[in-house]
Parts: sequence; C-alpha cells; structure tokens
Amino acid sequence: MKPFDYVRALGPGDATAAAGREGAAFIAGGTNLLDLMKLGVMTPSTLVDITHLHLDRVETTEDAGLRIGALVTNSDLANHAAVRRDYAVLSRALLAGASGQLRNKATTGGNLLQRTRCPYFYDTAMACNKRDPGSGCRAIGGVTRLHAILGASAHCIATHPSDMAVAMLALGAGVEVEGADGKRRVVALDDFYRLPGEWPDIETVLEPGDLITAVLLPPPPQGRQIYRKVRDRASYAFALASVAAVIRVDSGRIASAALAFGGIAPRPWRDGDAEAALIGEVPSREVFERAADILLADAQGQGGNEFKIDLTRRLLVSVLTEATEERT
Amino acid sequence: MSEHHKMDAPDHARRLDDMAQGLIGTAMDRPDGPLKVSGTATYAHEWAVDNLCHGVLARATVPTGRVSDVAAQDILDRPGILAVITDRRLLRNPAQGGAGEAPVQDPSRIAYFGQPIALVVAETFEAARDAAASLRIDYEETEGTYRPEDAAFETPEDKQSSQGDLDAAMAQAAHSIDVTYTTPGHNSAAMEPHGAIASWDGDDLVLRGSYQMLKHNRKEIADSLGIDPANVRLLSPYVGGGFGSKLGIAPEAVAAALAARDLGRPVSVALSRQQVFETTMRRSETRQRIRLAADAEGRLTGIGHDAWVSNLPGETFAEPATQATPFLYGGENRQIGFHVARLNRTCAGSVRAPGEAVGVTVLENAMDELAEATGVDPVDLRRRNIPDTDPSTGKPFSSHTLRRALDDGATRFGWNQRQRPGTRREGDWLIGLGMACATRVNILAEARARVSLTADGRAVVETDMTDIGTGTYAILTQIAGEMLGLPLDRVTTRLGDTDLPPGSGSGGSMGASSTGSAVYLACRNLRAQIAARLDCAETDLTLKDGKAIAANKTTDLAGLSDGTLTAEGHIEPGKTREETRQATFGTFFTEVAVNAVTGETRVRRMQGTFAAGRILNHKTARSQCIGGMTFGIGMALTEELMHDPRDGHIVNRDLAEYHMPVNADVPQIDVVLLDERDDWASPIQAKGIGELSICGAGAAITNAIYNASGVRVRDYPASLDKILAGLDDGRG
Repeated sequence: MKPFDYVRALGPGDATAAAGREGAAFIAGGTNLLDLMKLGVMTPSTLVDITHLHLDRVETTEDAGLRIGALVTNSDLANHAAVRRDYAVLSRALLAGASGQLRNKATTGGNLLQRTRCPYFYDTAMACNKRDPGSGCRAIGGVTRLHAILGASAHCIATHPSDMAVAMLALGAGVEVEGADGKRRVVALDDFYRLPGEWPDIETVLEPGDLITAVLLPPPPQGRQIYRKVRDRASYAFALASVAAVIRVDSGRIASAALAFGGIAPRPWRDGDAEAALIGEVPSREVFERAADILLADAQGQGGNEFKIDLTRRLLVSVLTEATEERT
Repeated sequence: MSEHHKMDAPDHARRLDDMAQGLIGTAMDRPDGPLKVSGTATYAHEWAVDNLCHGVLARATVPTGRVSDVAAQDILDRPGILAVITDRRLLRNPAQGGAGEAPVQDPSRIAYFGQPIALVVAETFEAARDAAASLRIDYEETEGTYRPEDAAFETPEDKQSSQGDLDAAMAQAAHSIDVTYTTPGHNSAAMEPHGAIASWDGDDLVLRGSYQMLKHNRKEIADSLGIDPANVRLLSPYVGGGFGSKLGIAPEAVAAALAARDLGRPVSVALSRQQVFETTMRRSETRQRIRLAADAEGRLTGIGHDAWVSNLPGETFAEPATQATPFLYGGENRQIGFHVARLNRTCAGSVRAPGEAVGVTVLENAMDELAEATGVDPVDLRRRNIPDTDPSTGKPFSSHTLRRALDDGATRFGWNQRQRPGTRREGDWLIGLGMACATRVNILAEARARVSLTADGRAVVETDMTDIGTGTYAILTQIAGEMLGLPLDRVTTRLGDTDLPPGSGSGGSMGASSTGSAVYLACRNLRAQIAARLDCAETDLTLKDGKAIAANKTTDLAGLSDGTLTAEGHIEPGKTREETRQATFGTFFTEVAVNAVTGETRVRRMQGTFAAGRILNHKTARSQCIGGMTFGIGMALTEELMHDPRDGHIVNRDLAEYHMPVNADVPQIDVVLLDERDDWASPIQAKGIGELSICGAGAAITNAIYNASGVRVRDYPASLDKILAGLDDGRG
C-alpha cells in the first residue's frame, strides 16, 4: 500500500474540495477500495473520508418515491421497511450480494462505484486497460469465465459486479450528484455508467470532485418484482448472470416491463428494445424468446463465458414466466 | 524409561478396552477450543517478539526464465527499508511432505509464475509490502510448458502394474465401461495463511511457524540454511489448518531465517492469501481413464486405471490417483498406468488426501456408470465386488468394513427411495440420489511421546506432534487420562515444539494412531512403574479417578512417588504393514437438486458412514468427517484452480474467486462412525480418519446429479455451465 493522506470531510463542500486534489478518492465503507489499495490496484494519494456527512437517511420524496442517502449501508437498505414493501427487487438484490459482514459496511454510493472483479484487473502483473490505460487487456485470450457477453470492447471485457445497481436500474433510479461547484444534479442511472470503448478506465459520467449524495427511486412500481441471481455457489459469489424484473400484466397482456441484467456486461444492462417487444403481448414462451433474441442479438462470448448466452436466455424466459403467470 | 514397540504382530490384547476411566471415544471438548474461539491461542505470526521487523516476498512476474537483475538499491533508499534478500538459499517451492531435506533452491531460476524471488524487509509490514510490490526485477525469459495438453508425459516404470489380461477381459465382458474423467487443481486453502517469525541466538535459530511435521521440518530448514538440525528449534503449538500445505517447510520460513541472520534481529514473514495460492502446494490436475469389465451380473472381471498428472521439473511427488484401485474391488485382470508431465505451474504436492480424494472419486463415478450399464443397483454392484483378500496381492485385509458401511448408509439414508434418472421433479428442481464408497490407505508412522506423572498425581504429555485443527490435544489427553486413570483436568498435553520427543507429525491421517500409540506405550510403562511401587502386576492394576486399585487396596496416585515418574513411548511400524492390506472404508449417500433452468446444483442431504478402527474422540472424529464431506461438496461443484493457458499463472488467487463451499452450500451432514477395532493397525486399534471422508465424496454428488438430471459431467467441477450443456431447452 502506498503512503496516502487522509482527510475527514465534515460537509459536502469539504468533500468535493478535497476530492479535487490530484489522485484523491472518497472512502466510505471501504469494502472494495481497501482491498484494491492493499493489492496496489488503486493507489490514491489522498483518501477523503465521507462517513461524517450524514448521508445515511432513507426518506420519502415529494412524489412518493425514496431518497436513499449515499451512506446508507447495504444491510440497512435491504431491511428498510419501505424498501421491503415497495421495492422488493432491490431488497432481494442487496441480500444476494456479498456477505452479511460486507453488507454491514458497504454503502449505497460505494456499491454503485465498486470496481470489476476481473482477476486480470486485480493482478498488477497483468496488462489491464482499466487499471493502466493503454497497457492492453490480458483477460482477452485468458480465463474468461466471468467476463462480459454484451457491451465489451477490444480494450476491456470486464463485468460490473453489483447486484444492487441492477435492481436500481430496473426501478428507474436516478443518482444525485454534488459537483465541485456545490450544485446538485440528478443523473439517470441508465446514463450514469459508460461502456468501456477505448477507455475502460472511465466507468461513469462523474467528473473529478463529484460526490454521490443519494440515489432517488421513483414511486413504487406496479406489478411483480423479481431478482434472480445465478452464481457458482449459493452465497458470496458474483453473478454469472442476474435479472431484475418489474413486470405488470393487465387484462392478460403485459402492460409494463422493466428488465435489468447483471454479470453479463461492463455495466448493469438494460435493453429498451427487448422490453418493448413484451409490451402489449399476451405472455407466452414465444414472446419471451423473442425478447431474449433481441437482448442477445449482439452477444459475443470470449471462450470461457460462452455459456452465459444460453444461461441468460434461459434465465430471462424463466423469470418472465414467473412474473406473468396467473396466480390462484 | 522407554517403552518401544514395533508393530510386528497384531495386538489382540486391546488393553485400552480394559481401562476404567471411561474417556476413550467420548466426545470430549478440545482443551484448545476456548483459546481458539476467544482469539487467545497464539498462531505463528501472532507472537509478540521484541525488535521485530517484517519481510514480504516479491514474486516472479514471468513464468520461466532467469533473473538478470533485482533493482534492490531503488527501494533500499526508501525510509524504513532494511534489506532485500536474494540469497541463493531461498526456496523455489515448499518441501514435499516428509522430505527431511531442502527442496529446490535458488530463486534466480524461475520455474513458475509467482515464484518467490526476493524478500524485502522493512520496519513495518506496510512498507515492506509496498516495496516488494514495486521491486523491479529484470528477467531473461525462456519458453515453458503451461498446459497438460502441450506436455510430454513420463511413464515411470515403477508406477505401472498389470496382472491377467485386461484387454481380453474388456473384449469378453458382458458389460464394459471405458471412460475418461478430469479433475482440476486444488489449493489446500487452510484458514491460517503460512507465516513465520525467525529469531537467532548466536548460531541457534528459533522459528515460530505453521507446520504439520516438525521433526521433518527441522531437518528441511537446517538443510536449506546449511546448518545442523540441532541448532534449530521449531515452535508450532497452534496451526490454523494444513491440509497438506504445511507438510514441508515453505519459502517464508527460510526467507525469515536468512533475513533474521543477516539483520541480527527477528524477522516475521507472512504469506498473503494470493501468495498461499501461488507458492504453496497445489493438487495436480488429473486426467483419469477407467476401464471396467463385468459379467452379466455386474461382477468385475477387470479393472484398469490410468492417471495423467503433473508437477514442476525436479519434483518427485506425483498425485497418486490410482492408490486405492489395486484393492477396492475384485477382478482378476488388472492394470495400473501412471504418467507424469513436467509443467511450469505452481508446485504440486499433497493436498487433502492426495490420491484417493480424486482417484476414488473417479473410480466411483465409473462404478455408477457400470451400475447403469448392467442395470444393477449401485449399492448391490459394490456388494458384489467386495474382495475377500487384496485382489492385487492376495494378502488379507487387516479389517474390512465396506459391507457394513454400505448396509448402514443405505438403510439410514433411505436408498430404496431412489428412482430412475431424470424422473423426480419439484418445480424447477430435478431431484436425485447418489452414492459412492470411501476408502483410504492406512499408515502407521514412527512416533515418540513422553508422559510424566508428577508427584501430585497429574500427567503431562509431551511430543512435537502438531494439532492442525484435528483434535490432537484432545485425543492425546484422553489416551493418557484413560491409561493412567486421571480425569481430564489432571492431564496436560504440550505439542508443537521440537525440544519435545518427535511424534509422527500430522499428515496422511496417521497422527492420531501413531502418536496416540506412542502416548499409549509411555502410559503402559508408567503403569508398570506404578505397579512396581504397589507390588502388583501391571495387568492387575486398575487406575481410576486418580487412584490405583490393586489387590483390594486403594492408593492415591498423588504421593505415590516423591518425584516425577517419566516414560517415553516409541512406536514403529513393523511386519503387520507387509502382512496385511490396511485401509479404512466408508460410504456416502447424497440427495441433490439440479435446477432445470440454470443448471445450479444444491446438495440437500448428505450421509456418511465410516469405519477407522477405534474412534478415540467421537466429536473430533465426526468433525473431521464433516470437514472432509464439505470439501467433497467443493470438489464436486465449485473448486478449481484456474490457470492462464498462456503462462500457467493461477488466475483465481483468493477465496472470493476460488470457490470453497460456504455455509449456504452445505446441508445437514449426518455422520455415523462404525464401532471397530483393527488389531493389525496399531496397539490402540485405531486407524486414520481425517482424510477418509473426502475420498469419494464428490462422486456421491455427481452420481446424484446424474440421477437427478441424466447429465453425466466427466470434467470436474460439475459447475452449472457443464450441466446446462446436457439439459434440454428448459421447457421441462
């Protein structure tokens, strides 16, 4: 671990000012950052401790949505009464992630910004464009079981590891950001993440000094909410593929459908065309397969992860079946 | 006083059964348990040593070649950096179990990615870690071989055997099976990473380390350093799991000793989890071909087992995957083939029951395939093929419990509920049952232990034997208490110090029976000393609750002698090893659910029935069996060292990505320990149990997967992608 400075921010202004320093990074739960620092993967020169910013509340907004403070822990959020009642997909996604101990420390803002678990990113002896821009991607041609089938580039095939962000994406969440100028803005989560392209080191639209202050959820959606995560062991493993679904059926036809996917792309993945193919349709296997065809039309395996294409298809069809079946 | 016994004849006297204290076999709590769960048992890296500095190993970032330069000066100029050690005596890899001599040294010649190259020592651990990570090392790279597919295999003559004519048996068989399975590499993944603290006093080294077999480790470190073993004292009173990875001295110990000598102050070196994966032993991947020839009723007429494994150049160890095949089942035509490739991957060595863990597993898969082919129930198929004597040598078995284990396991588990493959479904879950047999060769090793009976009537047991989480403290305490008639609170066991008599060490499941026998012998001698004082024969003496009863007279052991009575027990293996085939046996029965949509497998029930001679402590024996079966779940479903095909480096180097089973993967596990005495195995009639419960466990799960889904995965682990490939399109 390289020597670093430590700054405790007492207000958002402190935080964004300190974060404007070259090489500064925010730290909250530290469940990902500290590991990466020990491994030399991330080498911030200054850690800006934001845990004293009182961003740890979950509040109802004027439009009956939720405002989730950036420092709300994953455990608290998963167990929050309103989240369990109205946003079950989020609660389930949170509880499908990490372990109890990690969820007690990990925060909402930090979870959005956690780094990929690509093992080539984690090993500083390996070329990695995300860790060291321009050095190459050693994962391509290597062990690729965990890697992306959608949205990857010739420069990076890593996946985003979050479960929480997948559910939030299906819920249409927004990210509240305070800039270095002290102004707050809201970025739709769907616009928050960038695809790797030529610069996989740049993962979000955040500018230097930007601080995530909250995640905003719209009013509770109607319909069924499902989160299904497929992984190599029953707990404490990242998704090979996951689906967050919010589906409403009205008079025997699909009235609304929000679908987000984890474990298969460099960011939580959403495909408006696949969703649109479901709207107005009578639920059937053929309809679900068609949505899967659209979702996976550009899917490309890297060798070790080819199975994710079939897995994602099966998973989507199964989740849609469950979400639309009539209950007696 | 010394009591020596060579195991040249069976011990039918079973003296432990005559004792009165009632401790043997009971579920005594571990004396070390409260210390461990309260964090007060001191592990290797936790000792508070004055003036300690810290070393971190720097790794090779090329797989093969030579070090041309280590830019030590760049980091020596930093504050707090004390030394960069590139001594030629640093280890390339750990010593193999029981080697008793230095492993390959000289870190400048690189044989695998991640090999330790240098030790960076600093005032703080953090400074050392940072400097080691940034130490510039220049290389002259050479070509290597990184994949078994690219390797030429050696076929060592002494590892091939054949009797009868297997090819003819296969050709004439009513039913035959010829299948090839693969198993991936495994890491021991002990909870405690390797660590060492070295301190010198003149020419004498004290090394606090985490090792399994101190009497061998002492010689290994002495040979590595070029000093006399008499100048080395090793301390390993508590070891946080070994599973083979701590059988031999490892790079951190030698590095700490060299640095401490150079700097004239104590040096601590701990491996990170990533370094444990890269620089301690891996289990070799295996390819195994099994041929089974059977008559119409499923009676075997032939067995063939060929194994292909790998190791680094210069290593003699080769995963003995065929070890149990010569004796588990009958059949007059037999063939063993064994092939070793030299690969530039992390050193291969003993990991969790080397040989049978993967070898019996694959043999038991093949037996399941034969059951399917013959239409004979898998349990019946095994019953029909239990040999009366070792089918390869004609020697008698010292004891044989497979039939009992089959009967017990099948009855308790409800094996008769098993249906045809792919016919039981609950929602999206396909349900299946599977079984497999367990077997492991039994070993008695030379061991010594000293037992002292103090004037106030307390016993102290002393040996350099280790407790690697297995329960050694408990069972040696029980043996001494039983033999000397002392309640547990009057017996103290001291372990893990080379100043004490050399025990067997922990490994190969031989620790309890071997060192336990040494304690038994020492106690038998003490009983004779007590009897002499009471003027009676040792066999007429009853010792119980701190009192001696002889000729209707009761005497307190306290005050029996003015001073301490001491005896050393010394056990050696003898002719019984040659005259009998000694092995332990058991069975596994499992119920799994396979998700028809995703291919995920969940183990729903697991039952193990085992026999390993006299059970010394029901609780620690059962715990070991639960551990072995849990590792069986890992082997079946998730565990796999993933090597990059281009340079052989281990890609999944931590416990987040190397998937051991977590609690949610492990169902209620039921363990039954059959009552048994093996008179040929040891004078306490005990055999090894630690490893038995992993030897075949994975097959019970993959056989159940087949019964559930009709998918036969022959490439371990049976991860969901491989099951998915065999499932239908999910329409059900």
